[in-house]
Amino acid sequence: MIERIAELRGQAEAEIAAAGSAEALQELRVRYLGRKAELPQMLRGVARLAPELRGAVGKAANQARQALDALIEQRSSQLGGEELHERLRADRVDVTLPGAPAQPVGRLHLLTTMRRELEDIFLGLGFTVMEGPEIESVHYNFDALNHSPTHPARARTDTFYIARPDLLAPSEPRPGQPPSPLAAEELVLRTHTSPMQVRAMEAHPPPLYVVIPGRVYRPDSDATHTPQFHQIEGLAVDEDITLADLKGTLLMFARAVFGDRRDVRLRPHFFPFTEPSVEVDVSCFHCAGSGFLRDGARCPLCKGEGWLEVLGAGEVDPNVYSHVPTSEANAPGYDPEKVQGFAWGMGVERIAMLKHGVPDLRLYYENDLRFLEQF
Amino acid sequence: MRVPLTWLREYCDPPLDVRAIEQRLTLTGTKVEAIHRHGVPDVEGFVVGHVLDVQPHPDADRLRVCTVDLGAAQGEGPATIVCGAPNVATGQTVAVAQPGAVMPDGTKLERAKLRGVVSEGMILAENELEIGTGGEGILVLDELTLDAGPRRCGAVPRPGTPLADVLPIATDVLELEITPNRPDCLGVYGVARELHAATGATLAPEPWLADPGSAGSVDGAQVVVECPDLCPRFTARVFENVSIGPSPPWLKARLMAAGQRPINNVVDITNYAMLLTGQPLHAFDLDRVAGAKLTVRRARDGEQLQTLDGQARELDSEMVVIDDADGPTSIAGLMGGARSEVAPDTTRVLLEVATWDGPGIHRASWRLGLRSEASSRFEKGLQPEQCMHAQAVATRLMIDCCGAQPAAGTIDVAWEPAAPQVLRLREARVRAILGVPVAMQRQTEILRALDFAGEPAPDGLDVTVPPLRRDDVTREVDLIEEVARIDGVDRLPATLPARRGAAGMLTHAQRVRRAAEDAMAARGLHEIVGWSFAEPGLLDRLLLAGDHAMRNVVRLENPLSDTQSIMRPTLLGSLLDAAQHNVARNGPDIAIFESGTVYRATGAHDERAADEHHGLGVLVSGSLAPRSWRAAPAQADFFAVKALLTALLDQLHVDWSVQPRTWPFLHPGRSAVVLAGEQTLGFVGELHPLVAGAWDLQRTAAFAIDVGKLAAVAPEAIPFVAFPAVPSLRQDLAVILPDAVPAAQVIASARGAGGETLQDVSVFDVYAGEQVGEGRRSLALALSFRSADRTLTDEDVAPARERIVAALGELGGELRG
Ligand SMILES: [Zn+2]
Repeated sequence: MIERIAELRGQAEAEIAAAGSAEALQELRVRYLGRKAELPQMLRGVARLAPELRGAVGKAANQARQALDALIEQRSSQLGGEELHERLRADRVDVTLPGAPAQPVGRLHLLTTMRRELEDIFLGLGFTVMEGPEIESVHYNFDALNHSPTHPARARTDTFYIARPDLLAPSEPRPGQPPSPLAAEELVLRTHTSPMQVRAMEAHPPPLYVVIPGRVYRPDSDATHTPQFHQIEGLAVDEDITLADLKGTLLMFARAVFGDRRDVRLRPHFFPFTEPSVEVDVSCFHCAGSGFLRDGARCPLCKGEGWLEVLGAGEVDPNVYSHVPTSEANAPGYDPEKVQGFAWGMGVERIAMLKHGVPDLRLYYENDLRFLEQF
Repeated sequence: MRVPLTWLREYCDPPLDVRAIEQRLTLTGTKVEAIHRHGVPDVEGFVVGHVLDVQPHPDADRLRVCTVDLGAAQGEGPATIVCGAPNVATGQTVAVAQPGAVMPDGTKLERAKLRGVVSEGMILAENELEIGTGGEGILVLDELTLDAGPRRCGAVPRPGTPLADVLPIATDVLELEITPNRPDCLGVYGVARELHAATGATLAPEPWLADPGSAGSVDGAQVVVECPDLCPRFTARVFENVSIGPSPPWLKARLMAAGQRPINNVVDITNYAMLLTGQPLHAFDLDRVAGAKLTVRRARDGEQLQTLDGQARELDSEMVVIDDADGPTSIAGLMGGARSEVAPDTTRVLLEVATWDGPGIHRASWRLGLRSEASSRFEKGLQPEQCMHAQAVATRLMIDCCGAQPAAGTIDVAWEPAAPQVLRLREARVRAILGVPVAMQRQTEILRALDFAGEPAPDGLDVTVPPLRRDDVTREVDLIEEVARIDGVDRLPATLPARRGAAGMLTHAQRVRRAAEDAMAARGLHEIVGWSFAEPGLLDRLLLAGDHAMRNVVRLENPLSDTQSIMRPTLLGSLLDAAQHNVARNGPDIAIFESGTVYRATGAHDERAADEHHGLGVLVSGSLAPRSWRAAPAQADFFAVKALLTALLDQLHVDWSVQPRTWPFLHPGRSAVVLAGEQTLGFVGELHPLVAGAWDLQRTAAFAIDVGKLAAVAPEAIPFVAFPAVPSLRQDLAVILPDAVPAAQVIASARGAGGETLQDVSVFDVYAGEQVGEGRRSLALALSFRSADRTLTDEDVAPARERIVAALGELGGELRG
């Protein structure tokens, strides 16, 4: 009897597994588990068996019935899943069609992206971001930055002046004479972001760590000069800020912008408002500072120098501190024997030009969508 | 400045190649901008030849066939060379280029057949070697041409001698950037001193140390200086028996390599002495100086003077002229006069070497448009000591190259030597500024190399500043720079500041600006960066009336052009320009924004002369999204741009509204002022079709807001507001109203009537047409009711709804079907 149960079970299992539709399964259910089927009848007949057989036969039959029941259920849901799957497969779209409705993609201008990148680097180094006026007095743009009254940068050929019919502005300070008091009232389009050095020190006591991004102006126009451009000024003043600290700070900047393996090089230079003054070069990222490409050709980016000039900097000239009056806002003020620090000015266009290979400065201001879409 | 390397090496000759010298100069502050090659690229193939025989060419009248001994090294006897120069003659010693030699212009010389005769080389003229300008005849190397100046070779060289041994036919030339604080480096010797300090190589004695001239008064010439403030020193020497002629080849070669054209021996000597010492000189023909007397005076305002170039120039009283008895002969420091110029028949020369006020020369040079090697040196501010440097060098050469005899004495007017300045250089201060110590011995060594004298002091050194550096080095920190740049700022360690209490962060206003820009870019707009400058005609094209406030613009006194002569009073101009540019090139769909400064004049009596504010402007035209296969994109109009404005202001949590208002450049029926409470933020609207048309645009809409004001009304921190756990009840209401009633008034009215439970009212559909009648429209309102503690039912809100209906009735509204 037990053998018969096993035989039935095996036979049923094979047929269930082979069933190809819900109807076929239902037919098998009736055949093997229906009221008149052999297995249920065996179960019902257990009571009539000899007592020593009842346990084993009952158990085997019951197990077989449960197993087949479960198997039918399993096969049934399997068949159902396949059916759904077939239906969904038929409900097919062309996934290679564009998404719809199309979402326009806009971008920030490269100069904005670059400015923010630079701001963020210096924010991370503990600098705050300040801004200041573009229409600036001669005092802040030149005088307070230690430019002599006859400094050539003050000339009409080098600086845009604001027309002010309300002031009898003398055109040029005359040699050998003190600048006219009205000259200090003259207004210019700032030629650099440096006038904000003194403004920042007037407004805040030391220690002071600021970067000043902004638009500046000089009367030049060709592929490498536009009459407006952007700078980021840096100023750090504290008790003990050294030229070595300037190098370290700019090394962080160079690596953040141009890559981990960059190096910086300071070269002595001259600016009226820093002393010592330096120009700062970054090792060329195009040829890894070697000046030559793998094929032996001279590097087109650094022209074989291995270094790219990126900015001017230096220790703040003591004369600049003397143009910062001490007030409630910045007490105890800036005594050149007690504070020292560094300053730099970098060109945003130039750094973006180097980093992204923009060949002509005028592209920045042409605003052609084919340029704007690229970055 | 161009410095021939061979000349530089005469005074300082470190055992380094040109690249290493470039590196050392650049890293110590004398930047080498470029390295040029002057003369022949390679000295190979250029030799001395001896002309043994000259025969006429059988087939050419102007050519000769020369037999030239090129030395035993050739091993094949003399060479046959065809030569076209009229002056070639038997017995001459000449410069020869052999086949294979490469000329300065890069051409390689080949054995060539000239009218049937094979020429085994070329006899050279000086211009072919770039050592002079003469090209009419070949260069003849006789004792006179070779025996003068620093490169004396004594006798006539033997045939076969490499030409480079007797003539400077090749040199590298350094092009240097001399910073404005270093006029002492505007001469070869000054650069040699830098090279000495930078490399430690020996520096030759100053070339002006042995002065063949003498001091004391001069007979037969007189100088008066009436304006010592503009002429701190004026020196002059007189030379007799001068014979004018060409300079020797070595001198011409040096001038050529330094970028100066040889003229005649006297003029060349003045240029040579200037290039060596940095101090310009001027030679007068003393016999042409009327009265043999020069007077240095301020020009009169409006005084006219005809200069050498034939131009009449108007002077002013800040300029200096030099008079003789017949009137002005030259403009000091800028240009000599034709009347007293050195000429071929000159025999007596007065050599002027003067110091002029630097800024005065700069100003005059700029005013008169006269620039020269001399003026560019004077304007940097030379020191009076340099006058005698130049006199000494020139006197030696006048004797050697012109056969001149210096008259006794030197005219020397209006100068008192100043006591040298002594500065304390504290050792601790050097370390404090640089961040690393520099040994005292090294500091002393560096300063000595630069001609400073250092004496030990209790806390450092007492340093005496050399005269040529007195304007540049006036403070301790200037000495620190000298020490730092020679010791090597490139060798400093990279450290970071202590950053006491410094924490980097953006201000609220800066964050709002970034968020506003990001919001616009995220909605598919491209950011442009326009010009701050605009053309005055922009104001007309924007249809601004004559008295409109936006016409109060900031004007430039010296614009690059009229099209860039005012500062923009609005972002619209640059947005429209960018739109026009792109419509012409990239099609009609424009969605751009700009975040930038705009400028207004505020009038003379205001503390600030100009008002600058940061604006955000948006301009859209055409489709707002790319074409899509499933739905047509929205087109730019008032509501499209208002939707962008809404996205921006809602993103920043600003409580805002609009009211109809007109601007001259906006469509009068489709424009509004943007308000936050009472505060005006800006405008939104469609552009006036005439304005859009002026930039070749179809329907175009824009808004512009003041980002400063936006930041002021955008909350910095958003407080949490509790929301009830129970859902709100939504109801719709369609009401037909006269179309003159603004939607904002309908909403305000509904809000006012709805009571506490009414949370929100919005318009979700608008319909106008036959069904609602002429002059009326249907607005579908979505009402949202909410109670803090329980779920509301329709019965609960029925009274509120009735009140709303009644309130809308007062506006002339009636419920729709
Ligand atoms: Zn490179």
